[in-house]
Amino acid sequence: MSAPILSIKNLTYHYPGAQRPALEDVTLAIDPGELCLLAGMSGHGKSTLLRAAAGLVPHFHGGRFAGRVTLAGLDTREHGPGRLGALAGSVFQDPETQLVMGSVRAELALALETRGHSSAAVARGVEEVALALGIDHLLERPTHQLSGGEQQRVALAAALAGRPPLLLLDEPTSQLDPVAGDELIGLLRRLNQEWDTTIVLAEHRLERCLVCADRVIALCDGRVAHDGEPRAFLEWAAAEAPALQTPGAKMLALAGLRPAPVGVKQARATLRRHGLLPADPHTPADPLTPADPPTPAQDPSLQATAARPSRRSRRTKVPPALRLRGVWHELHRGPAILRGVELRVEPGESLALMGRNGAGKSTLLRHAAGLLEPTRGRIERAGRIALLLQNPGDYFLHDRLDREASPRALADAGLAAMAERNPRDLSGGERQRLALAIVTDTQQEQPAVLALDEPTRGMDRLAKAQLAAELRGRAERGQAVIVATHDPEFACACATRAVLLADGRVIADGPASELLAGGWYFATETARILGGAAGALTPGQGAELLADRAAALRAPPEATPAPRAPVEAAR
Amino acid sequence: MLLYRPQASPLHATRAGVAALWALALTAAALLLYHPLALGALVLAILLAGRGAGVGRELTRALRTAAIVALPIVLVNVLVAREGLTVFARLGDLGPFGQGDLTVEALVYGAVIALKVTVLILLAALASLAIDPDALLRICRRLSFRSALTASLAVRMLPLLAADAQRLADAQRTRPGGAPGGARARAAVLGAVVAGSLDRAMDVAATLEVRGFAGAPRAPRLHRPWSRHDLAFLASAAAVLALALLGRLAGLASFTAYPLLHAPLGAGLLALCAALVLVIALPFCDRRGVET
Repeated sequence: MSAPILSIKNLTYHYPGAQRPALEDVTLAIDPGELCLLAGMSGHGKSTLLRAAAGLVPHFHGGRFAGRVTLAGLDTREHGPGRLGALAGSVFQDPETQLVMGSVRAELALALETRGHSSAAVARGVEEVALALGIDHLLERPTHQLSGGEQQRVALAAALAGRPPLLLLDEPTSQLDPVAGDELIGLLRRLNQEWDTTIVLAEHRLERCLVCADRVIALCDGRVAHDGEPRAFLEWAAAEAPALQTPGAKMLALAGLRPAPVGVKQARATLRRHGLLPADPHTPADPLTPADPPTPAQDPSLQATAARPSRRSRRTKVPPALRLRGVWHELHRGPAILRGVELRVEPGESLALMGRNGAGKSTLLRHAAGLLEPTRGRIERAGRIALLLQNPGDYFLHDRLDREASPRALADAGLAAMAERNPRDLSGGERQRLALAIVTDTQQEQPAVLALDEPTRGMDRLAKAQLAAELRGRAERGQAVIVATHDPEFACACATRAVLLADGRVIADGPASELLAGGWYFATETARILGGAAGALTPGQGAELLADRAAALRAPPEATPAPRAPVEAAR
Repeated sequence: MLLYRPQASPLHATRAGVAALWALALTAAALLLYHPLALGALVLAILLAGRGAGVGRELTRALRTAAIVALPIVLVNVLVAREGLTVFARLGDLGPFGQGDLTVEALVYGAVIALKVTVLILLAALASLAIDPDALLRICRRLSFRSALTASLAVRMLPLLAADAQRLADAQRTRPGGAPGGARARAAVLGAVVAGSLDRAMDVAATLEVRGFAGAPRAPRLHRPWSRHDLAFLASAAAVLALALLGRLAGLASFTAYPLLHAPLGAGLLALCAALVLVIALPFCDRRGVET
């Protein structure tokens, strides 16, 4: 048996000035060639563990460090991050801060030059890593012109250029659209399988990467709460940490079906075993669903996600909360970002705006809020549009919460008890709530529309659920809500309608339950498990549907409608 | 912002060291020559070079900026210089500044200096647009790794910081009642920009740490075959320098402003100007081997 590439023994670590340890008595070993997933809520030690493995803790961050971390036999207390970096490549959350050179070629070359490679080795290493990661076409591009997905790929390439045996990744997909995120995970899987690179990956959206993991380590309050195979992790999460469950696992667990599925394929196999899906994937008549998707009237579980205003209400004289009429945004001597967008949002409607990075979502929201003026077209607003931009930290100008927002707004956001704290010390979810309190904090009328641009970046599932509940509540109180998001699960949880943008155009517009059910990328995991025909359901709704179908299958034959005789059918 | 942008042009295809030498040769020519016609020829040649490098539009913008800088130079020189003999306006006794006599010589000399500054601004713009700073700093890294990398980082971070400031300003505009006004509010925004840039600096520092920046050795010399463009621009640089020295030493482009203007126009000067334009523009005619 080979020695572990990463060994951590009794590691306890406090950040400088912190009373509570960020990591407490952590012991684990990672063997060469493993793809290991780090799971846990925000602030429970995932990033700190990765930084300890890279040697940044304690060398870069300082603080109190007890225990022992060895990377390929090197003790991190004796070797700094520079030396350890040759053995462990690191990719952090924000790709922008990981690119330090002006061009992609220079970026990749720097990673090798700092390790003392010869010029021939640098030239060869740059070409090879670029080809391996499919970024050879980007080599001459300036780094500031790359998209988020491209930046993350280049950062990964820079980390891999020296062929380190271990790769440490801290939420590398958090800023990527579903397509780019899946591509990156596929790439990691290939690196693991073809290059035998050991990978430690911290992620919130486990459904995306659980299927390729050999092992999952769950951290809770800085301690290792669980360490085992993905299926064992899901069983543990169902009992101990429901917020860490994947939507598919949660749906099957709520429906009383076992084993917990690691991915869509296993979930569908479980459903087939129970007779809830056809054995042949090409069978058109899925016993789970009727030929057409169930309507909210047929299935009460859909009512929450299909509450789009009726045509009749549209014909009434109630003015829309927001209306875009043929809105264009054309850059001076550049491309068009929006191309004749038509969009009408009713009061009380909640709309998810989806699409790839660069599709025009943020630009559309900026137009809605009046931060940009259309080059053509018109925008009508029923009142103020409150816009929450991507980075909540951009709203914080003061060193105390009570200087940022009124006491009433802080109380509404559940932050009254933290009024004297510095906004920059808040967790991701709390920062988002404070920013929301700031943009909606008004003594006069509430905004007609609340628009949020990627509000769930880096958020854990619990914080997302709280935000979704908050947004649903606002919609119920008559406020229109527009959320630009890459997260289909979040979109399904908070929106009744979804709009898909591509290349500045609206390419699909419909009920979220329908639109988030049929796609490959812009679809919830439950929809992909159920084949999409039942619509995009939350895990709870999916479980109810499965329970109903299971009950129907168990019911005695006379209780179910008898198949119609051919004669009767012919009539 | 005048940032390097890869283009399919002979100058972009030239190795950074040679391209920088070529720009330095043109700078030397601008400093050696004083005759307005020679300087005008340099302006024309650089604008043609900018067109050949695919950055003509940006150079035209730089020319406008240069005009804004040049005008005060002419005005200040004509007001301050007391050396000319041909008075075209008398402002009378200016107390401690003496007699306010404005002379044609001071006006022309101011224009010549402004022309020199224009050439230098255009050259700086062309160099920053067409010479890869990474490749240039890579040469410097062989001399001082950390200083050169710090310069690289500064170049890279400029657009990012500008974007940060824009984002922050947008966030403030979305507050109810719009962005807070007043000096205190502006100071708070500035403080937030600084805090944000420090956060970013911490992340960048962590990235550099794990990439082995702390123990980085001297950058290795890159072995790259000499391309036709490398040779053409090297020859152009040598020719420009030779012509400038010839113009200066042989008196072909002789020019004196004080006490009386002396700027002879001869066949030699005209030939020198034509030659300057030709040797500067010629390397841009060969577009073989230029990546598209």
